[in-house]
Amino acid sequence: MRLTPTFFIQLFNPSPQIQVRKISFVYFKNLLEYIHNFQYINNHIVPKNSNISLKKAGGVTLEDVVLELNDLHTHFFTDSGEVPAVDGVSIKLHKGEVVGIVGESGCGKSVTSLSVMQLIPKPPGKIVGGEILYKGENLAEASEKRMRKIRGNSIAMIFQEPMTSLDPLFTIGNQLIEGIRLHEKINKKEANERAIQMLHQVGIPRAKEVIDEYPHQLSGGMRQRVMIAMAMALNPEVLIADEPTTALDVTIQAQILDLMKNLNKENDTSIMLITHDLGVVSEICDRVVVMYSGQVVEEGTVREIIKDPQHPYTKGLIRSLPKLNEREQKLYSIPGTVMKPSMEQVGCRFASRCEFAFDRCFKANPELYSLGEDRKSRCFLHDEEKGVEEFANADLRS
Amino acid sequence: MSTEEKKQQSEEIDSNPVQFHEDPEEIQAISPWRDAFRQLRKSPLAITGTVIILFFLILGIIAPFITGYGYDEQFLKDRLTPPNSDYWLGTDDVGRDIFTRIAYGARISLAVGFFAIVGALIFGTFLGIVSGYFGKWIDMLISRIFDILLAFPSILLAIAVVAILGPSLQNALIAIAIINIPIFGRLVRSKVISLREEEYILAAKAQGLKNGRIIFNHILPNSLAPIIVQATLGFGTAILEAAALGFLGLGAQPPNPEWGKMLADSRDFIQLAPWTLIFPGISIMLVVLGFNLIGDGLRDALDPKMKN
Repeated sequence: MRLTPTFFIQLFNPSPQIQVRKISFVYFKNLLEYIHNFQYINNHIVPKNSNISLKKAGGVTLEDVVLELNDLHTHFFTDSGEVPAVDGVSIKLHKGEVVGIVGESGCGKSVTSLSVMQLIPKPPGKIVGGEILYKGENLAEASEKRMRKIRGNSIAMIFQEPMTSLDPLFTIGNQLIEGIRLHEKINKKEANERAIQMLHQVGIPRAKEVIDEYPHQLSGGMRQRVMIAMAMALNPEVLIADEPTTALDVTIQAQILDLMKNLNKENDTSIMLITHDLGVVSEICDRVVVMYSGQVVEEGTVREIIKDPQHPYTKGLIRSLPKLNEREQKLYSIPGTVMKPSMEQVGCRFASRCEFAFDRCFKANPELYSLGEDRKSRCFLHDEEKGVEEFANADLRS
Repeated sequence: MSTEEKKQQSEEIDSNPVQFHEDPEEIQAISPWRDAFRQLRKSPLAITGTVIILFFLILGIIAPFITGYGYDEQFLKDRLTPPNSDYWLGTDDVGRDIFTRIAYGARISLAVGFFAIVGALIFGTFLGIVSGYFGKWIDMLISRIFDILLAFPSILLAIAVVAILGPSLQNALIAIAIINIPIFGRLVRSKVISLREEEYILAAKAQGLKNGRIIFNHILPNSLAPIIVQATLGFGTAILEAAALGFLGLGAQPPNPEWGKMLADSRDFIQLAPWTLIFPGISIMLVVLGFNLIGDGLRDALDPKMKN
């Protein structure tokens, strides 16, 4: 790293593309902060007290990265061997952004989210490598005490099954207040008011009565609203939603998604939405990360992923959605099932199910090819010009 | 139902339609505990059990007021008298009133049952939660200790404990508590292991709750139902075990009117004066039956699957 003119130009024209080595950077960071009144936020150099927003190609205004997973490895040590459930996943979540994580069951979506919260059951699970940076702080190395402060307060989570996510023995209010008073020093009455206000905010009609009711008296949709109210009560920076609408019927699903979108807009909460439903993704997400067998296989904005999928797996996923304007006798499905990740795996994880696979795919696992700003795909076809052409021309409808 | 009654009832309904449809009690939040209590009240057997236990409890409490004799007062002239108006249930071989002794004995039996079970419950639940919630080596250690304790026949273990501590009512109580610890411990452990996987526990963790708080606020209340049932059923067993120890001369010492001891003392007169055995025997049977009936009723009331 040299103090070349280009470096200073980059300083005044901040761009996330600046890639600097860390050790030398710490030195420069301190120096620059002292002399130039600059600060260093999540890999960006930004002048102090300024609200520079970094406009992205996708049209989302991104101020800074709230949550960043860097080459995360979560392995499960089972009797039948080591299972790399999350294998080198890197995801960035910016402020106010909704990122969808898509993939079939068993591809590591939930383990990724539980890793962020440090809630993977250990043993057998363990984060063996990588970083989880929450506003620059590495949660993978944070103490349990620190994690408890972060859980619920800074990063909240909602789960798939609203029917079982509430303790059946306590009233809704009891459970809401418990969470609120855990992180904020307020008395019971204030917490109660806040709880009622939260229930109102998530669209529960008789909030004052519901607060004294037990979970079994509410419907699934209502319970999921309660869960969202619980998660949002402390105004977290990040909301991780693990298949929040999977257990709900379609009308309720739409309501819950609307609600989440509203909360995202009003409070500027970043949402990490885990789902296997591309319909849900296209409805509320800004960016999408497609996962397969513990790895990220494709990343891009919703529009890019849906309109122009690059990875054969994403193509397969989109092709297997029913289309309203087309008559098809049989709905397409990707042949085979997700292979259980294993340490011995060589070659592309999707190769055995991929119709474009060629000899190279079985020999080595492709890296994530960068196809533009924050647009990535893990496929050798991007390397082989001929393959790309063939791939691009392949008629996916046939 | 006669037609008149029917008419009257329908009139009542007509005159008060709102109350009929919207009983505020019905609409209000129903706590699972209150619901279980409501179920319990519907069970005639549980009511019978409660009545029996209350009878003996009250008998024990008011013993000094309903009998003019002391439990160790000897009327040597009236030895082995059959039941009559002076001695309602007869007298034993040294002329003590059996009714008086049974009434005072109720105090001992119920107290032994209560303290032994409470002791076993506290230690057993604690160990069960620790081993179930934290798992790993601590679970291994505690479970093996339970296995060892359960490998002995319970009465043999109780005898061994009393042999070490010396025969007395208090030591019998400790022995009974010890042999009941693994029963509670295993029960709680298995319940906690299944609760630990519940999503609401994960959700509580995701809210940032501490382990201790999760245990006391969520795990413990949710595993209370089987604990309560086991405690009620264990109450009967504990009383039986206390009587057995008393019978073997390892529990209450004379002249304490412990029921098992009373049986042991009069077993030589079984043909000459059967009342000396029959009434303490019936008392033991009734109390154990009472607790078992309550226990069964509670189990049905607390089990959501039994709900109709």
